[in-house]
Amino acid sequence: MGIKILTEHINVPGIETLEVYRKHGGYRSVEKALKTMTPDEVVEEVKTSGLRGRGGAGFPAGMKWSFLAKPEGIPRYLVCNADESEPGTFKDRVFMEKNPHALIEGMITSSYALGANTSYIYIRGELLFILRILEKAIAEAYAAGLLGKNILGSGYDLDLHVAPGGGAYICGEETALLESLEGKRGNPRNKPPFPAVKGLFQSPTVVNNVETIASVPWIVNNTGAEYAKIGVGRSTGTKLISASGNINRPGVYEIELGVPVEEFIYSDEYCGGIWKGKQLKAVVPGGSSVPILPANLILKTAAGEDRLMTYESLSDGGFVSGSMLGSGAFIVFDEDQCIVRNTWNYARFYHHESCGQCSPCREGTGWMERVLHRIEYGHGHQQDIDLLVSVAKQIEGNTICPLGDAAAWPVASAIRHFREEFEWHIKHPQEATAPGAVYRGQLAAATV
Amino acid sequence: MAETINAFQFSNKALAEIQRYISHYPEGRQKSALLPALHVAQAENNGWVSPEAMDAIAEILNIQPIEVYEVATFYTMFNLQPVGKHVLEVCRTGPCCLRGADQMIDLIKQKLNIEEGETTADGMFTLKPVECLASCGTGPMLQVRETYYENLDSEEALDRFLEMMRNKEVETPEWKK
Ligand SMILES: Cc1cc2nc3c(=O)[nH]c(=O)nc-3n(C[C@H](O)[C@H](O)[C@H](O)COP(=O)(O)O)c2cc1C
Ligand code: SF4
Ligand code: FES
Repeated sequence: MGIKILTEHINVPGIETLEVYRKHGGYRSVEKALKTMTPDEVVEEVKTSGLRGRGGAGFPAGMKWSFLAKPEGIPRYLVCNADESEPGTFKDRVFMEKNPHALIEGMITSSYALGANTSYIYIRGELLFILRILEKAIAEAYAAGLLGKNILGSGYDLDLHVAPGGGAYICGEETALLESLEGKRGNPRNKPPFPAVKGLFQSPTVVNNVETIASVPWIVNNTGAEYAKIGVGRSTGTKLISASGNINRPGVYEIELGVPVEEFIYSDEYCGGIWKGKQLKAVVPGGSSVPILPANLILKTAAGEDRLMTYESLSDGGFVSGSMLGSGAFIVFDEDQCIVRNTWNYARFYHHESCGQCSPCREGTGWMERVLHRIEYGHGHQQDIDLLVSVAKQIEGNTICPLGDAAAWPVASAIRHFREEFEWHIKHPQEATAPGAVYRGQLAAATV
Repeated sequence: MAETINAFQFSNKALAEIQRYISHYPEGRQKSALLPALHVAQAENNGWVSPEAMDAIAEILNIQPIEVYEVATFYTMFNLQPVGKHVLEVCRTGPCCLRGADQMIDLIKQKLNIEEGETTADGMFTLKPVECLASCGTGPMLQVRETYYENLDSEEALDRFLEMMRNKEVETPEWKK
């Protein structure tokens, strides 16, 4: 069992109440930071920790914080990204539902470090039931003097509010999120200016994921140097992994970065192996946006080394033979799953969620969905495979926000690694569209 | 006057809830309360947001009606047509499909004799497939109002769920209690 930074107390009965949370050491980082550290000292600790953004991009949190503009007389904001809409990701939801005070503690300590006096948690609208849990916990924190004016007599003031979205994946993108928080459509903004200069209400703003912010109290309590000792290389600390798909034990697991992928899939501490005694076919290791890898390439890198659950190891080999840690959504496919159908499903998702501002994304996602639909339903043409590759290429890098890339990568990687399966669908439409039919030719080659 | 007869009336509790959200934002930024206001309106209006409700929101937030319409049409949670008593928002995205969501959606259609987007003749259920609800480890799953129903992984589980819903009143949001 590795060290648990985020989930140590998550299953303690009553941990959602202030009383029990404090009994287990809760809000110590607020006392320590506000009473004994300057804001810059907190930022330094986070820098030293090597903590990287847990929302998907993995950008170093301390560095992001140090970019925040600090013009005199203009408010600064910290906005927590609790939009969690990337398919396969459900860690923030579980975390907030069970241990709301842990996020609130992170928000107070982080807001202090950034000099924000008003902060927001933007939560996807579907999670209104968690908004209620957070609001209840926030009310408790106000009553205990942990929020509001002159927190714990330190002279520091902070108001914290929760804001719901309305159902839109794109609002997880940080500038779309800010638009949404201002009561507008979730259209991503052109950058620059970056949120660090002009964010919420045109003021300097930091947007961080729930898990990133929730990691800060431990760093403040134990120092950044201690945090940096956990993990491997530039993948420091622990990570919440949302494990889903055809495994025996789906759920959220906190791992020390560096656990071998094979152990993560087969150990009873984590996924507990493939369900129903079936074989592993493929894994999407970081949320629907990252490349899919066949069994052989998820377990070992192209160079034959064990693949580890780290930012670096999962991306080893680039997009030719690697993928990404992304948001830590680990989606497992057994031998009975159809890659074509899954790719069509994802393409439909991105088409549905494109905000429509950029033509390559708006048109390209629709095009990919339609072509994949016809392949899946037995009307594909042999040229369709190259057409998909070409459309994906034309979207990639040509859009305002990364949703375009996120739509292109799953399609491009599925064809890269499972081309035979697409060809089989096109050549044998009757067989391929029979109920429960799956192409098995490639599995034998791909399974180790 | 016809206009006043049709005008949408928020309850006092609903108005208080919208005001509470307005108070979370700086002076002049009351438009930020638009999404919360739309959620309140939907809960007040049998699960959908009518044009009259949108106009009432525009008035409260002191913005143009078009600013409300363009937002209400962007976000998938807001129903712009009347819906059944219980809207079944079923996740149709990849990870849930690995655990049988496609088959579950087909079963719902068969059992309720409706297609996606339709409402049963008795007005009890509307079927509304949606994208990933951050519940992928417990799929197949669906949402009704503020509640998630998870692990609907067999026909028996689905039958039990539908039976329970038939006898269930629409839930009351926290602010209405
Ligand atoms: C289409 C899209 C969806 C995203 N969804 C989320 C999300 O649901 N949650 C999240 O934290 N970050 C999401 N991100 C990443 C955010 O833009 C941003 O990088 C992140 O919130 C920064 O926080 P971090 O540095 O702590 O990870 C998304 C990005 C894109 C392009
Ligand atoms: S890439 Fe797609 S989602 Fe992003 S701004 Fe352009 S159209 Fe909108
Ligand atoms: S895929 Fe259904 S909840 Fe995520």
